[in-house]
Order: sequence, then structure tokens, then C-alpha cells
Amino acid sequence: MANATSTSGIISGRLDRKVLSDNFDDLHAPLGEHEALVAADRCYFCHDAPCMTACPTEIDIPLFVRQISTGTPEASAKTIFSQNILGGMCARVCPTETLCEQACVREIAEGKPVEIGRLQRFATDKLMAQSHQPFERAKPTGKSVAVVGAGPAGLACAHRLATFGHDVTVYEARQKGGGLNEFGIAAYKSVDGFAQRELDWLLSIGGITMAYGEALGDGLLLDSLKAEHDAVFLGMGLSGVNALRCEGEDLDNVVDAVSFIADLRQAEDLSRVEVGRNVVVIGGGMTAVDAAVQSKLLGAQDVALVYRRGKENMGASVYEQELATSKGVRIIYNAQPMKVARNGKALSVEFAYTKTKKGKLSRTGESFSLPADQVFKAIGQALLGAPEELAIDGGKITVDEHGRTSDALVWAGGDCASGGDDLTVTAVAEGRDAATSIHATL
Amino acid sequence: MADLTSNFLGITSPNPFWLASAPPTDKEYNVRRAFEAGWGGVVWKTLGEDGPPVVNVNGPRYGVVHGADRRVLGLNNIELITDRDLHQNLEEIKRVKADYPDRAIIVSLMVPCEEGAWKAILPLVEDTGADGIELNFGCPHGMAERGMGSAVGQVPEYIEMVTRWCKENYSKPVIVKLTPNITDIRKPAAAAMRGGADAVSLINTINSIVSVDLDIMAPEPTIDGKGTHGGYCGPAVKPIAMSMVSEIARDPETAGLPISGIGGITTWRDAAEYMALGCGNVQVCTAAMTYGFKIVQEMISGLSQWMDEKGHTAVSDFVGMAVPNVTDWQYLNLNYVTKAMISQDDCISCGRCFAACEDTSHQAVLMSEDRVFTVNDAECVACNLCVEVCPVENCITMVEQAPGTVDERTNKVVENEHGDWTTHPNNPGAVAAE
Repeated sequence: MANATSTSGIISGRLDRKVLSDNFDDLHAPLGEHEALVAADRCYFCHDAPCMTACPTEIDIPLFVRQISTGTPEASAKTIFSQNILGGMCARVCPTETLCEQACVREIAEGKPVEIGRLQRFATDKLMAQSHQPFERAKPTGKSVAVVGAGPAGLACAHRLATFGHDVTVYEARQKGGGLNEFGIAAYKSVDGFAQRELDWLLSIGGITMAYGEALGDGLLLDSLKAEHDAVFLGMGLSGVNALRCEGEDLDNVVDAVSFIADLRQAEDLSRVEVGRNVVVIGGGMTAVDAAVQSKLLGAQDVALVYRRGKENMGASVYEQELATSKGVRIIYNAQPMKVARNGKALSVEFAYTKTKKGKLSRTGESFSLPADQVFKAIGQALLGAPEELAIDGGKITVDEHGRTSDALVWAGGDCASGGDDLTVTAVAEGRDAATSIHATL
Repeated sequence: MADLTSNFLGITSPNPFWLASAPPTDKEYNVRRAFEAGWGGVVWKTLGEDGPPVVNVNGPRYGVVHGADRRVLGLNNIELITDRDLHQNLEEIKRVKADYPDRAIIVSLMVPCEEGAWKAILPLVEDTGADGIELNFGCPHGMAERGMGSAVGQVPEYIEMVTRWCKENYSKPVIVKLTPNITDIRKPAAAAMRGGADAVSLINTINSIVSVDLDIMAPEPTIDGKGTHGGYCGPAVKPIAMSMVSEIARDPETAGLPISGIGGITTWRDAAEYMALGCGNVQVCTAAMTYGFKIVQEMISGLSQWMDEKGHTAVSDFVGMAVPNVTDWQYLNLNYVTKAMISQDDCISCGRCFAACEDTSHQAVLMSEDRVFTVNDAECVACNLCVEVCPVENCITMVEQAPGTVDERTNKVVENEHGDWTTHPNNPGAVAAE
């Protein structure tokens, strides 16, 4: 093998194909039949179960787990999909450790929750393998709705609208649907092209037309959507990336973590994806962890994840942080970038140590430098291309609890809308609920 | 370590754990393995009369009710008595007994209900040197259709008659194995006693269909599309068997009749429970068939430890100790008042007590907005359901209400004296309290 983890520069093929393939295999192996029965049996079938309340889509978890334990995973999957049509992806990417599994009474009792995420995957995989979906379109209503963005929010909205019998056109800026499921999220959480399979399966309900290469503001105007359709749902996510606002940010190889992840997700051959020997990731959320871990799995020798506040403030869960460290990522807390400088062929990032007093961040006066071939920025994304006529709140489109914007014909949900966590499952819930709200007005 | 030596009907064995008459004791090879593993005795699988051996089905013989993680909760079988040649069995018994003189070997027998058949086989058994015989009046499948097994066990007069023949024609102890497929277990036990039986053993297996194949619409185990009822055993039958044992132990007519307890015994604790209800020893089958012979090691160590903790120096010390506390419902103290209490430190807020009480019982468990569960004494009838459905052991306990305090449910003062149905004012047949 020509290249190794220690080879300098930004190169591909640091690890051989076998190792790469193992590294990017399923993070959590699917449960086997018997494993699923044993795991399902651990559920206490709680009254008014806390796990259900903790799920943004309010899946009836005790019921679906019980349906697995009685040998009817298909019925179980229907319980899941009726609340969350992207239940397959959510089973893979949900931070269950901070949602349903954190609320599980067995987590409280013994620190070992029912494996809700893996059980959900077991059931949804079963039903999806049978190719048909358990929902049918209602009689066509003749009404038409525009959905902007084919990510989790848009797809959940489109599917629910289709079940009501409305015609839906989904406008997607990219040439492929799925949104962050397809372009974001670490590869080992969604292996074997699952995002596209799920999209095809979802669309098989019928009544949904996909229009790719159509971005809002870029030829596609809200006014014309309103004129052509009876209602509009905006779920285009956050396409902008926040700036570091430090010197040297514009140097080569200082890039957005989301672009690195998207390229990696779209790569046909991981052994041709380039990564630096030394990688510095700046940020504290899931994107930062996904970029750092995948850099390490591609064969980077030293990956530092630098976050400006403490461990407890980090957006990525403790589980995600531990995943990162277990893969060899070094997490440095309480440090803020001051300057990126060229250092021969590579870069050097200078950080200031920080402290937080009464929630206010300040520098301690001490600093350190890290060598970097690549610097990935993962300090949050920003809304781009929002129609000017809509009210904006904290950089996101203002919505009420039904997803209604300041325009009576326009709804919004997912990352581009105000309120809610930036999770796939939250986006699904918002898209779904907006569809119900839209339906009520049509 | 406590001495586990068992003396049952004068038959000694190093411990009270015998293997029941069943597949594990069908031949020399298995029995030698059992003795090497530490079993105190075996009841050799049932021998039939001389002549062409019985035949078994060539499809599946067993069906199981599984619990979580495929734990065997109940086992049912349609296997018949030994399908090996009588004389081969007898030779093997003789050889094994000679090699293991300290272990008990009992020979199970099932021949037609004719004196001649019994007279023919008993001398052959006597010759093996085995310690006694057990009359198989229990198997509910197959042989019963030919007038043997439970077909005999269900007719007390036959039991008495055959037992008497055996006592007249055999010198060593005669144990009568009873079928549970009968309304009142005391009747066959009393019949065995009248016939001169040295002991009864119970239970044999229970008529059962464990499952139905919903694709081919046939009971399981399925033999070429058909199934038949089999004999049910294993942990699931233990409560039924223990009740029957206790009925024989406490009935004045049969009290004192030695009992060998059988039915779902899996651990030392199961054995101790049977013995507390009056069994001089116990017989095991399903647990061995599930886990192998090694389980006897746990039974030995567990029973020894418990006996040491309780200060028992011989297994006979505690046999029947619980019998005086088995009574009729009418003698239970109605002035004994308890209330459920939920330990908030142990509660994991699953709400199962609430669902059980609210939906199916007395609406005595209260649930707050923030999932705190408490008991409303004014509604609690002390049924114990919440205790049993709670996944956390000892989280919910039943607390006795002190005499002199007021039961909030009935608004009556809890009385100190015993008061049962026999003296209760609502009982038309009540006798005046003295």
C-alpha cells in the first residue's frame, strides 16, 4: 500500500479497502430475529409511556415493541410509519440516547434501556423489504401543494399530503432527494444507499412529482408557487454555513464540514476520498462529530475536534462524543480559533483557551496551535434564500405550532423553520403536522 | 455443609434429587451419566410386559411453551413407555445398580390391568436388585388408549387392586405414581394407600395441547398433519402439582403417606418448596432435559446452603413444615388488613401498577402529572396485583395495618382478634364465636 495514515498532505487511500469497508459498515448491526425477540421482551409496556412522550413524532413505542414480540413486525412497522414515514432513517440516525431511550424506565432503573432504535430498525427493515408501503392515497382531491426541499420535513409533508389525496410537487435544489439523509449524516449510519431506497419507497404512494434542480430564489419564486398551487410548504433546510470570523478563514483547505460529508456520502469509492494527515474540526454539534469521526475512519492520523465551550454544552450527545473518542478523535474543549495560517504546504490553527463565566464566554489569555492539512468548519448553518416577504425569527422562518408562516398560504418546517431541535425526527414531525394543517384548510 | 442424605421408604440416596421416569432414564448410558453427575437416584423409564416392545412415532415427540429468550416454561410429550426390549432393560438395571449401590434405582412399570401380567414381571424386577418399583398410572397419552397409564389412574378401584397385587408379589417398596388428570387427587391417593402402597409420587403429566400450527391448522407436535394431546410438564405445572401434593399431605385420610414430589422442579428452591409441602424427596425431568444432568450440582449446593442458613441438619427436618399452614379459605383471617405501599426510591415510573389497578381492579393507584405513583388507601383492597405486575421486586409491598387503626376503605377499626368466614355475620352458616 502506497499511502498510510502518516503520509503527509491531503490524499486518498490511506487505508486499504477492507479496512475502509469495515470502518464504514453499519454503526449498529441490525438485530437478528431472535435478538429482536429478546430485546423486545425487555419492554415493560409502560402506561402512558415516557418513551412515547420523548419521541418528537410520538410513535407508540410500547405497541410497536409488543408487536415485534408477538411475531408481527409488519404490524409493528405500520405503527411506526403511521407516525413517522421516515421511521427507517430515524431508527438509524435518531440520537435515541437523548430521546426515547433516555426516557425509558429501564434506563432509569438499570442504565440499560430497551433498544428502541434497533427494534424500530428491525421492524421497518422487515416491512420495507417487502417493497410495498402500507399506506394508500385517498381519492384525488384535485388540490395541489408545492413542497420546497426533499429533505425529511418536505418528504414527510409530501407523503402525508399524498395520503390525503392531494397532488404534490416537491421542488429540490439538488439533483437527488433525501436532504441531509442523503448528503449529511455520517455514512456508517445509513449504509447501502438506504436514503435513496427509503425515498423511492416513500414515493411509491403516488401523487408526488419530484422536480430536481429547482431552488427557491434561484428561478423559483414563492409568488409563482402560490399562484400555481393551493398551498406551499417550505422545508429547504439551511444551505448557508456560518463563518468562523477569524483570520485565514479563506485559505485553501479550510472548508465546510457539510461539504466534506456530502462529498464523502456521494463517493462511489471511499478509497478515492481524500483526507489530510492532520485534520482539525471546529464545532460542537453532530456535524462536527460526523466530520471528525469520518476523517479518522478514512485514515487521518490525527483528528482534533475543537469546541469553544465545555463538554456539557456540546450539541453532540455524550454518546456521540464517546463514539468520537472511541474512534480516536481527540476532543479539545474550551478553545476558540483565532487564526489560520499557512505553514509550508499545510496549515496551522491558533486557538485561544476559553472559559465560561455565568454563561459568558471569554478568553483566558493562553493559546496553542494545531497543525492541520484540512480545517473543517462545523459551527452551524444558516438560512439562505428565504422569501423576503416572510417573517423571520432568530434567522429562521417564523412558524406557529401548526407550521403556519406569516403568509396564510405558506407553511414551513424542519431546520429552516423556527422552534424545535435540528433533528431528522423533529423535521419529520413538523412536515407531517404541517401537512395536516394544510389539509384542514384546503 | 448440610448432609443431604435422603431416606425415602428406607431407600437411601446421597441426596433427595431423583430423576423421574422419563427419556433421561431410558437406558444404562444415560443413567450412568446421571449418577456421575451426582443424581441421588433414578426412576428407570417405564418397562412394559415381555414381548414385542412398544413403538414410538417417528416424527416429533415434544412441544414447548417458550418464555422470553426461548426459556422452556412447559414441555409436552407424546413419547410412550420404553421401546426397548424388556430383558435388555432388566440386565442394564442390574448392572448399574451393582456399580452404584449407594444410589437409588426404582423401576417404573406399566403392564395390562391383569394380575397375571403383574405376576409375570415383578419377579424379573425383583431379580435386578433395584430398590423399589413405581407404578405408572399416570401417562395420559397413547398407553391410556390401551387401558393402561392414566386410564388406570383415573379409577381408584383399579389403583387399589393393582397396588395390592404388587405388594403381594414384590418384596420392596411400591410407589404409586398419580395422574393429575382427575377431579380430586385425594381419591386415587387414598386408593393407593388402601392397596398398601408405600408412597405416592405426583404429578404425572397433564393432558395438553401446547400450540397449534396456524398454517396447517394442526396441533403441535404435528405428525404428518395430525397431532394428539400429550403430557404437559415443566415449570408451568409446578403450582398445580404443589397444590395436589398439599391436598394429600393435609387430608386426614392420607396424611403421613410418603410423597415423592414431581412437577417442574428446576432449582433447589423448587425442591425445598415441594418438601416443605410434605414430599420426602423430589423427582426431576424437564430441567434435566433442558439443561443436562449438571443442574443437580446447583440443586445440591443451593439446598445445602439454605439448610445451613436455616439450621436444618437433615433433609427430613423440614419435610412437611409448611403443611399446617395450608388451610381452607374459610379459615383465613378476615381481620388481617394490609395496604399496598409504593417505595418512591425504588419506583421507576413505568405505570404498570396504575394500568393494572385502574383498568382491571379497584382504582387505588394514583398517578400524578409528573408520573409519581401512590396508593389511595381508601380504595385499596390489598389484592396484591400491583405488587405482582411491578417489574421492580420489593418496590411495592403490602403493609399490615396495625390493630386499632382505621381501615380507610371500610372506615372500620382493625381488630386484633382472628375473625374468619366461619364466624362472619354475613355467613348464613356462621357458628357463634366462643
